[in-house]
Amino acid sequence: MTIPNTIRITEELVAAHGLKPDEYQRILDLIGREPTFTELGIFSAMWNEHCSYKSSKKWLRTLPTSGPRVIQGPGENAGVVDIGDGQAVVFKMESHNHPSYIEPYQGAATGVGGILRDVFTMGARPIAAMNALRFGAPEHEKTRHLVAGVVAGIGGYGNSFGVPTVGGEVNFDARYNGNCLVNAFAAGLARTDAIFYSKAEGVGLPVVYLGAKTGRDGVGGATMASAEFDADIDEKRPTVQVGDPFTEKCLLEACLELMETGAVIAIQDMGAAGLTCSAVEMGAKGNLGIELDLDKVPVREERMTAYEMMLSESQERMLMVLRPEKEHQAEAIFRKWGLDFAIVGKTTDDRRFRVLHQGEEVANLPIRELGDEAPEYDRPWVAPETRPALDPAGLPPTDIADALLKLLDSPDLSSRRWVWEQYDTLILGNSLQIPGGDAGVVRVEDHPTKALAFSSDVTPRYCEADPYEGGKQAVAECWRNLTATGAEPLAATDNLNFGNPERPDIMGQFVRAIEGVGEACRVLGFPIVSGNVSLYNETLGEPIPPTPTIAGVGLIPDWSYMARIAFPEEGQAVLLAGAPENWGEHLGQSAYLREVHGKAEGTSPPVDLAHEKRVGDFVRGLIRAGKVTAAHDCSDGGLAVALAEMSVAGGMGAHIDSPPGNPSTAFFGEDQGRYVLTCKVDDVDELLDAARAADLSLFTIGTTGGSELKLGDARAISVTEIEEAHEGWFPHFMQD
Amino acid sequence: MKSAVIQLPGLNRDRDMIAALTKVSGRSPVTVWQTETEIPDVDLIVLPGGFSYGDYLRCGAIAARMPVMKAVAEKAAKGVMVIGVCNGFQILLESGLLPGALMRNASLKFVCREVKLQVANANTAFTRSYAPGQIIRCPVAHHDGNYFTDSKTLERIEGEGQVVFRYVEGTNPNGSINDIAAIVNRGGNVLGIMPHPENLIESAHGGTDGRLLFESVLGKAA
Repeated sequence: MTIPNTIRITEELVAAHGLKPDEYQRILDLIGREPTFTELGIFSAMWNEHCSYKSSKKWLRTLPTSGPRVIQGPGENAGVVDIGDGQAVVFKMESHNHPSYIEPYQGAATGVGGILRDVFTMGARPIAAMNALRFGAPEHEKTRHLVAGVVAGIGGYGNSFGVPTVGGEVNFDARYNGNCLVNAFAAGLARTDAIFYSKAEGVGLPVVYLGAKTGRDGVGGATMASAEFDADIDEKRPTVQVGDPFTEKCLLEACLELMETGAVIAIQDMGAAGLTCSAVEMGAKGNLGIELDLDKVPVREERMTAYEMMLSESQERMLMVLRPEKEHQAEAIFRKWGLDFAIVGKTTDDRRFRVLHQGEEVANLPIRELGDEAPEYDRPWVAPETRPALDPAGLPPTDIADALLKLLDSPDLSSRRWVWEQYDTLILGNSLQIPGGDAGVVRVEDHPTKALAFSSDVTPRYCEADPYEGGKQAVAECWRNLTATGAEPLAATDNLNFGNPERPDIMGQFVRAIEGVGEACRVLGFPIVSGNVSLYNETLGEPIPPTPTIAGVGLIPDWSYMARIAFPEEGQAVLLAGAPENWGEHLGQSAYLREVHGKAEGTSPPVDLAHEKRVGDFVRGLIRAGKVTAAHDCSDGGLAVALAEMSVAGGMGAHIDSPPGNPSTAFFGEDQGRYVLTCKVDDVDELLDAARAADLSLFTIGTTGGSELKLGDARAISVTEIEEAHEGWFPHFMQD
Repeated sequence: MKSAVIQLPGLNRDRDMIAALTKVSGRSPVTVWQTETEIPDVDLIVLPGGFSYGDYLRCGAIAARMPVMKAVAEKAAKGVMVIGVCNGFQILLESGLLPGALMRNASLKFVCREVKLQVANANTAFTRSYAPGQIIRCPVAHHDGNYFTDSKTLERIEGEGQVVFRYVEGTNPNGSINDIAAIVNRGGNVLGIMPHPENLIESAHGGTDGRLLFESVLGKAA
């Protein structure tokens, strides 16, 4: 019995597919007739915001994406960067925000699965993962449920797949109450002469379907992710996919084994909009047509329509163009791993995307136009309003020690141990630094000295107050965290999370943030090689704060000269690099202002990018020369929180001098471009001379040792008390 | 000294184990796929950690019924040394080569952290390079490491020195009975261990406390 494809296309049906009337008119003009139901689904999948980047493309083009080490920038499954010795690091970050809010465990799990697939599709074995998570206010009724589910889902997938999770971020803010963010990052290692791309080549070659079977899960997921949430959100649960990390692990091994045989011409994973997007992408990039016969697609449910098969987002699937003479060898590898292998179509020379089902042609569309002719918008935007600067003199005096303990025990600054102990941080046996420091570090297997550093950063409250400075700061902090380990920052991936771009104020945030990100990347020599845009992060008209997450990768040539944050030894000098004369002065939008004074006022800390670069290069040089025994950047909570973290990590205190100016601004100011360093006392003069020669500020501010941290004239706090404050909040919140 | 690492779909600490065995013994182990019915002539067989068959049904249950496990049992009966780590431990239990069961962690959460282990029996082929009662560091990474057995079996394995490592008080990450982290069979040639000594064997790992386990068993068989 045949399944009909003759549903009448009404205005309501077009609207239900997220297509605007003018967009539908564009379809009619393009194909010269009314589309079939399946074709309408295909257009909806290709032209939604998530797949087409129609609102963001214009601005994404302004980002710097090339550099001497960049092998592949944006436009492929992931970015590829040369790390020498014929090796490359392949990485990307991608959001899974909407699905994670609807169904936190599976939403987050499949976010991890999707990004891992992007990496190994290119021939790279995944070696590290990170995740950046933003949740609503801790006291909001859904927050605990979302945190528990998302963290378990990330762990459930990544741990089973077998990739170490080495870094990430967790923030809480009431503005994410109705729309949490789950941004997943993965990096893999490949040989530079064995990178695989999605561009199909050759006519009449088999198009092969690999991996898991196709079901009805996730039908319309990408379209769902391109709309705002409304009150009926629970009804969207069926659009969330279900992950199977076991199949993904088998798919990884089978793909890498197959790639070794030389059988693969082109490969594309099935992510958003599954079969549709992957087939169109391979054909369009190769300037070829693709013909698919859906009767050959392995399915796990009966009587699936062509529409459902084309839009299914079932996980753990790949599409590949294969050398025909290797077909049997390829099939044997997939059978060994218990995976489906089916020839479902062929490449053609007519640049048409043709879909057959039960002997009927259910779609016949121009393949290049599906992608290239997608609508592109230059959406109106208004520049965000600038905020008045904060006058720190207007704040009541505070006890420095009490304020520090309060910050360490707050939702955003407390230890994330509760989270990362649910992730396997050690698997593969190459983890040199796990979460809790400035960056995760993984050594490069089979190389005696090389290692890669990973960090993910953005400070949404800065971006909210000033999207341009906030965008700059996200890049600078990521670059700084990598630098603080001794790594040379190589390149980054961006995950741009914003509200509804049809609102000029939101579009203004987006535009200014991208301008800031681009400027910082240019000055710091830190190109964006891959990324993802997630818009419409709003619920009932309430948008999230602008959140352009930046995840970066750095190279450490010799990990025996790598810095960590822990105070290493008693009696060493504590130094502050890159700071103003009074150590710190910017309290606007600081964590201190929010947690201690309950205010969200002032401007974001400005980032002097030229200064940032000079200080970073200087610090990196000291680390690599073996002159620095510990290093930590100053970020949220300023100098005091940095010192407290170094104390806890090292299990020893420090005696810090009285600052030259106002202690609150010195200890809690969030001035950018600063690092806390330690060194042997005998090396202090040499370091100070070097800083003078480089025309950079470097102050000795104290000495390590003892069981207490004493900040100037404030009362000394025992390291145990600091640790209890720092470690206490998360388990208490999760009621463990 | 020759070793073999068993490979099953879903196991994922095989690479860690192969690296550890190669670094400690100076020789790469052979790998044996799940469908093999014979295992080459080796002195040590290792079942590494991971999520064989996705831990679906029950951890290790499907893996224990694969053809290669019959061959492992035959070798074990002949006195060949066998180590099962983490999921490998679960597979040995499901195969009946070791007594007891591993349940879900008491916290109901996956846990990856460093714990302290005390050598409960230094008089085994797997622990003889450690001092009796020695306390070592060792990482764990598991969701189902909560060892349990009936009181009669517990009494027997305790009485016969089959408990070889215990979590030091206050560091038990999973609620296992009597803080049990590792046990051997009655013959003393099959070890099941929940923590991951293979992830603490060189300075890059931040310590070498796990190395002595491999030196113990590799030294004896060499």
